[in-house]
Amino acid sequence: MQKTVTPKVPGGVVGWLTTTLGRILVSLIVPFITFIVLWQGFLFLRDSQAPRIVIVLVAILWGVGGVALLYGVSNWFVERLPDVWTQRFMPFVFVGPGVAILAWFLAIPALRTLWLSFLGPTGEGFVGIENYIFAFTDRIMLESFRNNLLWMIFGTFFCVGLGLVIAVLADRSRFESVYKAIIFMPMAISFVGAGVIWKFIYTYKGEGSGIQEIGLLNAIVSAFGGQTQPWLQQPPWNNLLLIVIMVWLQTGFALVVISSAIKGISSEVLEAARVDGANEFQVFFRIIIPSIQGTLLTVTTTIVIFSLKLFDIVRVMTGGNNGTNVIANEFYMQRFTYGNAGRASAIAIVLLVAVIPVMFYNLRQFQERKAF
Amino acid sequence: MAPQKPGMKQQKLISSLLVNGTLILICLIWIVPTLGMFVTSFRNSQDIFTSGWWTVFPHKAFSKVGEIKIDPGVDVNGPVTIEGVTHTFEEWREGVKLPDGRQLTWFGNKRSLLVIVEAEKWMWFNTDLTLENYKNVLQGQEFRFKDAQGQEIVRMGNDLGGAFLNSVAVAVPATIIPILIACFAAYGFAWMNFPGRKLLFTIVVALLVVPLQIALVPILQDYTKLGLNGTFLAIWLAHTGFGLPLAIYLLFTYISELPRDILEAAFIDGASHFTIFTNLILPLSIPALASFAIFQFLWVWNDYLVALVFLGDQNRVITSALAAIVGEKGQDWHLLTSGAFISMLLPLAVFFALQRYFVRGLMAGSVKG
Repeated sequence: MQKTVTPKVPGGVVGWLTTTLGRILVSLIVPFITFIVLWQGFLFLRDSQAPRIVIVLVAILWGVGGVALLYGVSNWFVERLPDVWTQRFMPFVFVGPGVAILAWFLAIPALRTLWLSFLGPTGEGFVGIENYIFAFTDRIMLESFRNNLLWMIFGTFFCVGLGLVIAVLADRSRFESVYKAIIFMPMAISFVGAGVIWKFIYTYKGEGSGIQEIGLLNAIVSAFGGQTQPWLQQPPWNNLLLIVIMVWLQTGFALVVISSAIKGISSEVLEAARVDGANEFQVFFRIIIPSIQGTLLTVTTTIVIFSLKLFDIVRVMTGGNNGTNVIANEFYMQRFTYGNAGRASAIAIVLLVAVIPVMFYNLRQFQERKAF
Repeated sequence: MAPQKPGMKQQKLISSLLVNGTLILICLIWIVPTLGMFVTSFRNSQDIFTSGWWTVFPHKAFSKVGEIKIDPGVDVNGPVTIEGVTHTFEEWREGVKLPDGRQLTWFGNKRSLLVIVEAEKWMWFNTDLTLENYKNVLQGQEFRFKDAQGQEIVRMGNDLGGAFLNSVAVAVPATIIPILIACFAAYGFAWMNFPGRKLLFTIVVALLVVPLQIALVPILQDYTKLGLNGTFLAIWLAHTGFGLPLAIYLLFTYISELPRDILEAAFIDGASHFTIFTNLILPLSIPALASFAIFQFLWVWNDYLVALVFLGDQNRVITSALAAIVGEKGQDWHLLTSGAFISMLLPLAVFFALQRYFVRGLMAGSVKG
């Protein structure tokens, strides 16, 4: 840590480097060479027929190295400027790229999508609020709204509820970390992978003699003498079966966050309540719940937003058929199946408007912390 | 110490049993789906369709123990008596349980005059497992397998091996690049003064919950104009953009809380911002960097939507490849399961190895939508 700054090399190798003209030339050449190197890398990656593994290695090296190089070079460049300008520009070397990318990928697209949402399918011709009329009256869209509501209510309720119950129970067991790791594990699995896993549970082979069900749910049902079902084809219950998958995936998240909040409750308070004769239910409802209120709210909003944007599970499991469509899938269908950019944009704006309250809540929280 | 009440100890034991019992039950429910897929991925293509995956475990099942030939003189149109039990042909065909537990089933049509005798026996572990599914799904060449009816089917391999490598090529830079950019930006916001600093950071916080759907349509237009569609650069940039608000926010909270004295001492020594950043801030922030890195890595690796939109079929990543198997060949369970397991290997390994960091990133990230 004690390492002091290496003295700036005065470019003493060749005398002319120190002249103003030399400096300007070098300052221009270095960024230029950087640009050429990066461009060549890009072309190689785009067009090369080299073995996969070579391409992968070059890609990683080029991507990561390229970004580091850009920072290094722009810093080098700004340090070469007169001091006043260095002072003025240096913050933008640090903050600039981040802000630029945020602007390109999130801030400006929000405005552009808003504009597109008033245009026709191919982004031409002003159609007014027609796309929004579609978004709020179309049969499929209304069905999607209903389903998203189901996801938000049931998904969130079971994720947070189960997470809370398991957190409280696990807190009293010696094997807490094992239980938590198991419940948490699905968080590492992709939704597509989870879809495959659960297809195996819900699959249905049909009626007929000699047919053995290979789906676990149907096997259990028929073992108890019930009638096997094509589970994923029966609205509205198939929505709930899909929600089970999300609960399986996301309860771990709720569990871990809630569990650490519970650990933060002072054990003296709990002890005191128990000594005073409070039973476990009273401790739970009168002390634990009020103490972790803030955390519960955060977890709930996170999962609500998550279920609002949900896409992959539905896409992989049913493709939105049989009354299981959701808003994000309809967005995808409008843009990429039907090629209607206007409608897709209107749907995206609807999603954005739905999260605005949470955005303000976050901002208020941030202002209260007075981090600035 | 007061003597314990005699019932106390027992009560404690019961409550501990109850707690652990409930938790074990829940954990079992949580594990079974994954276990089912894991077991299935090792079974051969025919078995998967004819019996549930749970049959590889010890269980009781009927299996053939013998045959009975019916005397050709018997009138098969009337009731037939076999082993002292009398039933019609239709009933025999459905299968009849004898009082001793054996099951008799008429084989084929009336003229076969053949009855299969089955008895319920304990089946031990089914060891008829194979690595064939993995081999087939990994490679990109043609291969053959048998379907439920025993017919041979030829399929093109899904080249999951290649998709796996593509995923690595997408996920590693898409994790490191946003971290690098966010770290610089977080340092700038925390320790540098410039006009618009507060406003810009407020915008970063506001962007935390913006759904990425908002960006897909315009960005796709840009990429088409720039000829970036399907390139690695395109998807790195997209993941960087979508991950940056959280990354900047997380790293800012961490870096702004680093002790002021260390930095001031370095400034007095005449170190530039860049030197301080590379020699001091980066090494000090490693825990925060690791937390976000795991979070972002899992997110990118498991992402389907962004890859679907910006990569398409070029440089197909593992989630897209897997989803393609689900879509095109929905009935090839043996490929689906082995493919799904391959796709989970890396994230699960990362997850279990670095769980502690991941949890920390998650806690801090729970403000994100």
